Amino acid sequence: MTRKRRRLYFVLAGMTGLGVATALVLSAFRNNIVFFYSPSQIVAQHIAPGERIRLGGLVAAHSVVHEGDTTLFVVTDKARSLKVTYTGLLPDLFREGQGVVAEGRIGANGVFIADQVLAKHDEKYMPPGVVAALKASGHWQEGGGGAAPAARAADAAAAVPAADAAKGYGK
Amino acid sequence: MHRFANPARFLRITDAVLPWSAALTIVLLALGLYYGLWASPVDYQQGATVRIMYIHVPAAWMGMMIYSLMAIASAVALIWRHPLADLIAKAAAPIGASFTFICLVSGSLWGAPTWGTWWVWDARLTSVLILFFLYLGYIAIWQAFDDPTRAARAAAIVALVGFVNIPIIKFSVDWWNTLHQGESLFTGHGSEIDPTMLRPLILMALAFTAYFITVLIYRVRAEIIARKLRVLRLSAIEG
Repeated sequence: MTRKRRRLYFVLAGMTGLGVATALVLSAFRNNIVFFYSPSQIVAQHIAPGERIRLGGLVAAHSVVHEGDTTLFVVTDKARSLKVTYTGLLPDLFREGQGVVAEGRIGANGVFIADQVLAKHDEKYMPPGVVAALKASGHWQEGGGGAAPAARAADAAAAVPAADAAKGYGK
Repeated sequence: MHRFANPARFLRITDAVLPWSAALTIVLLALGLYYGLWASPVDYQQGATVRIMYIHVPAAWMGMMIYSLMAIASAVALIWRHPLADLIAKAAAPIGASFTFICLVSGSLWGAPTWGTWWVWDARLTSVLILFFLYLGYIAIWQAFDDPTRAARAAAIVALVGFVNIPIIKFSVDWWNTLHQGESLFTGHGSEIDPTMLRPLILMALAFTAYFITVLIYRVRAEIIARKLRVLRLSAIEG
């Protein structure tokens, strides 16, 4: 074996070992790297009321109600949804059907009390004219990838519960 | 590969490349800025704020591409002892660091109006910040040794170790929930960016690449001259 070949194997082995080690570390810390939880994950992981978390998902259609400075809305991942209350200024991109990340805690009554709301924007970029054309031709899907990947995985699930949750709100 | 190892040959080849890459930089940058700032539509959600994309996204690509190039050059230097590979990696680092810095700053300026925050510690933003620190660490290592051969070896190992971060940046938006949006271009079902917006994006990416090639050539030449100077000085002392 020449010295060049030995060095080649050494670098390859080093990089492989490093890659495996990194993959193991990242999978061990998987839950700590999560930036937000979807409504389904909050249920699945039994997150207790009062615990500070970030909630991510889509703002359910027709769910936004303004009461003075306070905004009430429903965050959904199309499988499950959660009511949110927030007092303060909302970012420009906050709108129904778009992704949001709200930071706060779940109150005793099961409503998420947010003290910060961030808008997530999807990976679609297009001029308004194209959107109008898509809507006219019926090829438009509201809120495509707002809460990726949680919502994408939940896309297959029925969107019915979210609509139900939205209906019973603010009346 | 060793055909390109000869510095004299490198100077000859780059003499031919340099005017083309410089001209290409100017033309592509002018076209990219024209399409990006004037001749492209506003976004249906973000309005004119979307134009930050034409700086932010190509800068992010360059930051990752230049680091990958440095990692490859470092491997070539470690394994085959190619005399120019170290110099290329060393010369590329400050350019990559600058692009990564532009990416971070423009991203922050984009996040403030759209997300409602300048910065969050999500997986994408944090991994790009780590990339910036890796660049700074790499540059610092070169300064930390008196002997350039030892500095080159240490820096090459740092560049290779840091390379694990590149796939983490790329796939961070798929592996974890992030505030940063997902992949727009290589989604598996085509681009999510409208062709009218893709045009300035690609033009700017090509302009940045041409700029990188131009500046890299100048910097490698300066490194070759500096190395020659060092050899002359050392022989003057000994003689």
